Amino acid sequence: MSEKKKKDPVLALVPKYARGDANKAVEGISKLKDKKLKGSIKRREKTYKEAAYKAASSEILLTEDAGFLEPEGIEKTYQLSQRSLAKEVDVATSHKMFSLDLKFGPYALNYTRNGRHLLIGGRKGHVAAFDWQAGRLGCELQLRETTMFAVAQKKYVYIYDKQGTEIHCLRNHIEVNKLDFLPYHFLLTSVGNAGFLKYQDTSTGNVVVEHRTKLGKCDVMTQNPANAIMHLGHGNGTVTLWSPNMSTPLVKMQCHRGPVTAIAIGHSGTYMATAGLDGQLKLWDLRNYKPMQEYFTPTPASSLSVSQRGLLAVGFGPHVSIWKDPFKTKQISPYMNHLQAGSAVQDVEFVPFEDVLGFGHRGGVSSLIVPGSGEPNFDAMEANPFQTKKQRQEMEVHSLLEKIQPEMITLDVNMVGQMDKAPIQVVNKEKKEAWAAAHPVEATELKFRARGKNSSSRRHLRKKAKNIVDQKKVDLLERIEKDKKERAKKRAGNPDEPVTALDRFTGKRRKMD
Amino acid sequence: MKVKVLSRSADDQTRQRSNDIHKLQRNLDPALHPFEKAREYTRALNATKVERMFAKPFVGALSGHVDGVYSMCKHPGKLDWLVSGGGDGDLRLWSLSEQKSVWNTQAHRGMITGVSSFLEGNRFLSCSTDRTVKIWDPTVADEESHAKSVHLPVATYTGKYGFSGISHHRSDNMFATSGSEIDIWDHDRAEPVQTLNWGVDTINTVKFNQTETNILASTGSDRTIILYDLRTSQPISKLILAMRTNAIAWNPMEAFNFMAANEDHNVYGFDMRKMDSAKNILKDHVSAVMSVDYSPTGEEIVTGSYDRTIRLFNARQGHSRDIYHTNRMQRVFSVIYTMDNKFVVSGSDDGNVRLWKARASEKMGVRDYRERAHLEYAEKLKEKFANVPEIRRINRHRNVPKSIKTATQRKSIMINSRKTKEENVRKHTKEENRKDRIPERNKAIVGVKK
Repeated sequence: MSEKKKKDPVLALVPKYARGDANKAVEGISKLKDKKLKGSIKRREKTYKEAAYKAASSEILLTEDAGFLEPEGIEKTYQLSQRSLAKEVDVATSHKMFSLDLKFGPYALNYTRNGRHLLIGGRKGHVAAFDWQAGRLGCELQLRETTMFAVAQKKYVYIYDKQGTEIHCLRNHIEVNKLDFLPYHFLLTSVGNAGFLKYQDTSTGNVVVEHRTKLGKCDVMTQNPANAIMHLGHGNGTVTLWSPNMSTPLVKMQCHRGPVTAIAIGHSGTYMATAGLDGQLKLWDLRNYKPMQEYFTPTPASSLSVSQRGLLAVGFGPHVSIWKDPFKTKQISPYMNHLQAGSAVQDVEFVPFEDVLGFGHRGGVSSLIVPGSGEPNFDAMEANPFQTKKQRQEMEVHSLLEKIQPEMITLDVNMVGQMDKAPIQVVNKEKKEAWAAAHPVEATELKFRARGKNSSSRRHLRKKAKNIVDQKKVDLLERIEKDKKERAKKRAGNPDEPVTALDRFTGKRRKMD
Repeated sequence: MKVKVLSRSADDQTRQRSNDIHKLQRNLDPALHPFEKAREYTRALNATKVERMFAKPFVGALSGHVDGVYSMCKHPGKLDWLVSGGGDGDLRLWSLSEQKSVWNTQAHRGMITGVSSFLEGNRFLSCSTDRTVKIWDPTVADEESHAKSVHLPVATYTGKYGFSGISHHRSDNMFATSGSEIDIWDHDRAEPVQTLNWGVDTINTVKFNQTETNILASTGSDRTIILYDLRTSQPISKLILAMRTNAIAWNPMEAFNFMAANEDHNVYGFDMRKMDSAKNILKDHVSAVMSVDYSPTGEEIVTGSYDRTIRLFNARQGHSRDIYHTNRMQRVFSVIYTMDNKFVVSGSDDGNVRLWKARASEKMGVRDYRERAHLEYAEKLKEKFANVPEIRRINRHRNVPKSIKTATQRKSIMINSRKTKEENVRKHTKEENRKDRIPERNKAIVGVKK
């Protein structure tokens, strides 16, 4: 009996899966008079509650647990070198620790969403894409130009396929410093020396929008993975947030005293880490745009990355340091450290669904084991590291069908389907404006009518026989003459009134003396 | 130092043999599924578009009648069975699965005004303006007749006046006819066993309740709906509406609810226990509604109208969810929802019986599990985002004949101007003289007598 009364352990997990506050949703429901509405709201909330409970109870099916480092006694995790870590782990994992000595550095790198493939690009034009776990090279090419990043070359942006064949040259993107891809929106974004943020739809090929940042050259750009807002870091220390729907930044944050060198955003989209040439490393809460913690780096950090489980990697000089739970509390010491002797770190990136951190530096590309960084349980419908070719093809078709329109990129991701709480007058006005925008009025040509030439008295005069003079005609002629004089008088205005400079616009002919 | 590092082996994550199913590990953590709402919305939008693209409700026209089809009935226990009566006295039995007429006869000398099937056996009834009611049995072979299309009725009943409608009791050997009065007949008697009247000259239709089997509803030409109880042989109540009611349909699941198809373009839903206010009003037709029928689930309603269209309603909503029309279909006088809840049948002035899908874009035939799951998911998403303007616009859009469109517009202008006038009158009336607003559901009700 007592066991039955014991609290259901699943209930503790439910809040993680609940969308919104259930109590808030049924708030004030008892005051509703409409019984049908009341019933439907109650029923809907019940199904949501059940869904959250079922999702929480399916957690038992998750097989994998996250990695960890647990110091014993006086050991410190940051003292653990990669070499000694390699001895502790299994063979398959130790193979993930590799170092490629390449001479075209410094290198930038990028992992695919499922963490399976790696693309590296050296400044001197070396680009390679490969399945990094299996060690299978996909393609490798040597571009004669110096390349900035994977596909952003000196002047234009080029797109290559898996074999390394050039398929597209995007002439709209000129002198690009940083490229990013929004996978759910199929948008390629670029920013470069001209300070233009450009969005190109890769499914249709259209340039969706170009925003002029007006803040000069830009080489720091990161996407917020939760709401697809682009964060740009500028030379004057500001970070600006952009969506394709606004020509001005949604938010402008003054983050640093010098140029911003790196931005990283957590997977929940609520926390941002920025680094600047002023040697500061700041952590921000994106819900209220306020700093949470501030750190100093011995040399300005060149690159940042946040892992799926919230670890922060900082590349500064030849060092890579990894911080655990930096967004929760102020940390005193790093979680792990690594020194790439004699080679400045250019780019760090955590591998999704793996306990690995890859980084590009002047002397090539290396990867480190960082226990506890990757999400242990992937969702095969979202990103599957073990997907077959058929699965990948099917997924591509599905994701194309479910492409989110760029208009839906907003700071609040849950905006769609929510009630417009604006008053009816505002809604109607918006509707009217939208209608007017969709139905432009053709400009009608202005008619120049000669005024006074066609008055009723003149018309009457014209119709009359010309050679007959009677009293009526005489009267008419008199009236016309009188009207003419009156008009002239009116035009001349009141001579007593002072003449102003604005009189030239009134049509009154008056001389200024 | 204790160390644990993620290390997955490909063997655990992929299938062993090519005929195994793929292993798909799921993790429902919302953090791994970004843009959930935006993606669901996109899916809902696509599903709505696909639904409208595949909306092809017309299944086929069953031709055979020379004159218009003014009465139809389904069999309470058979899916395939449909009886229709024509304006020239031609009576036909149709097989819906084969979409053809399997039996027909020249049943009456006048127009067939009502047909009714009953649960027991293969028989059905027809009544006509030629003052006769006949029972037919298509399975009985006729030795006496030589021509294929001349059959003899099993029984004939002669009345004093032309009949306007007929309805058979759910279980007993008893049926009711309407004309100048309501007659209750026994199969074995030549004369009516009971006659019911409550001061009406002409009665248009009569309908037995199929659940509460002794209740009977009738509509009169003096704008009344009268309910009778056969156990007491007494009328229960009389409802007078502003205009005439053309047809009645009892809810098959909620025995006390019925729908009345009215001449004023609306269908009124009533609870027979409390008729001083309509439970629901189904609007959208632009001419008199001639016929109404419930789906066997009691959730859906089909109506046929003098405006040459058929409309489908959700029984709990006020406006139609779909409209069916063709170039050739004329005034619709009879509609029926089939017993499998999947089709509707219409009989119209042009002499064709037409078969339509009840859900315009539904795929017919067997669907496998994955397809079914996908469709159910899409249905739920459409429901979730039904009120988002874009989805609602696509979902509601119908191309209707020009006559319907202009009539709809004209009607809405008339209704709005009437409303404006009413409001203006209220505004300019002193508060003490101001009358209460009449709820929309009571406007058509003139009175209830008990």
